[in-house]
Amino acid sequence: MSSEISETTLLDLRGVLCPMNWVRIKLALEELPEGGTLDVILDDGEPMRNVPRSVKGEGHRILRVREQEDGTYRLTIRNGSI
Amino acid sequence: MSDDAPKMEALKAGLKHEARKLKLDFNQLKSGGFIKQTQKDLFTVRLRCPGGMLRPEQLQTAARIAEKYGRGQIHLSVRQSVEIPYVDYRHFDDVGKELAAVEWSVASCGPRIRVPTACAGCSYNPNGLTDTQALCAEVDRRFFGTETGHHKFKIAFSGCPIDCFRTREMDLGFQGMLEPELDEDLCNGCGLCVKGCEEDALVMEGELPRRDLDRCNFCGDCVKVCPVDAMLARRSGWLARVGGKHGKHPLFAYEVAQFLSEEQVCSLVEKTVDWYRENGEGRERIGVSIVRHGLGKYLEEVVKPLDLEAVEAPAARRRYWSGGNFYE
Ligand code: HEM
Ligand code: HEM
Ligand code: SF4
Ligand code: SF4
Ligand code: SF4
Repeated sequence: MSSEISETTLLDLRGVLCPMNWVRIKLALEELPEGGTLDVILDDGEPMRNVPRSVKGEGHRILRVREQEDGTYRLTIRNGSI
Repeated sequence: MSDDAPKMEALKAGLKHEARKLKLDFNQLKSGGFIKQTQKDLFTVRLRCPGGMLRPEQLQTAARIAEKYGRGQIHLSVRQSVEIPYVDYRHFDDVGKELAAVEWSVASCGPRIRVPTACAGCSYNPNGLTDTQALCAEVDRRFFGTETGHHKFKIAFSGCPIDCFRTREMDLGFQGMLEPELDEDLCNGCGLCVKGCEEDALVMEGELPRRDLDRCNFCGDCVKVCPVDAMLARRSGWLARVGGKHGKHPLFAYEVAQFLSEEQVCSLVEKTVDWYRENGEGRERIGVSIVRHGLGKYLEEVVKPLDLEAVEAPAARRRYWSGGNFYE
């Protein structure tokens, strides 16, 4: 594993309800430097409907969206708007 | 309230007499911001709060009036008014002066355009698409108190299709709307807009989202979620609903025109009230007049002459429909 990948924090938010999933993401993003990335796993349904919009609304960028085998989604989020 | 009309007239005549003695501004009384209570000599003072937006000094004044002239109670009405109950009519003069000092006045009753209501809209509500507060203030400034010749006339503004301010239940309701448009070159096919759409109006076709024009209700959620700004606003504006009401026999309004500008909203208010004055009968609300004459007449005589984008076919209104108990 390259050091770059191991530095990406992974937050498993399966089973975590709105809006706590978004609060957990905010806290994790605060730990990151500007431009740092975070991977999160979200349930389909309400979390996938609500969280991505909040991420954009607060000036972060979703770089990647991947559907997983169990039907959940893995999102890569970059901290800050640049 | 409809059986109270003769009583109200007698009350008003009495008040006019008292008003001369007390040097009251009779126009304030006539507008109906002082509402007779069950208790002798006591009135509820209903204050003019367009959009429910108040300045701190107004609230301080309301608190002082309630303590000095009322019983220390303040009631918030369902249409965003601040009401001070238990005020003796002999204090109207003092109350008027206190209100004038903070450039405030009472609301209206009777067959007039009432104080319009509005949500926060786009200024700080994340769902908001349009500036409800600004347009509400403008409509209040231009049309508050306009005589309709028949009955009350209520106007409300909601910033998006969630419609917290229940524009379907108003004589005229205006709701923010936004039409999305995809820039195919920018889209990366992530599918978040499809997840975000609650109307099932978006589906992925290959790598690109496709919009079902019959389902989309112009909520703008897809624009708000798209991480690369590939889903953009082609245009936004106001959806107009006419003929709703509450009361003993509620009616749901008709969607009659879409994507109106602020100026077109004001023209529609003016022309709709003119039409109501001419075509209404007795103390009926405009919704009843429209049911009696048929929606076609209203569309022909009000919406078309203003050159608005009319919503005519029942199918075009269907996307907004929600069902319920209609006593078939
Ligand atoms: C004893 C007399 C009255 C009673 C018991 C009464 C009762 C009510 C009730 C229960 C409502 C619904 C609550 C609400 O919408 O906030 C209402 C609404 C209303 N009434 Fe009356 N009412 C009386 C007299 C009047 C009079 C004399 C006027 C005006 C001349 C008036 C004007 C209104 C208005 C404007 C509303 C709608 C509320 C709003 O727009 O905020 N009412 N009334
Ligand atoms: C501080 C006060 C309030 C805030 C911040 C607020 C905020 C919101 C927000 C953000 C929504 C959209 C929710 C969604 O996305 O589904 C909403 C919806 C709504 N609000 Fe409020 N609201 C407040 C007070 C009120 C009050 C006092 C009422 C009614 C008396 C009200 C009635 C509604 C209604 C009917 C909806 C639509 C709900 C639905 O059918 O989905 N709200 N409000
Ligand atoms: S109608 Fe829309 S913009 Fe207005 S308060 Fe409700 S959700 Fe917010
Ligand atoms: S505007 Fe709303 S209803 Fe229309 S496609 Fe976008 S999310 Fe769906
Ligand atoms: S959210 Fe934006 S980038 Fe993703 S599929 Fe929809 S339009 Fe394309």
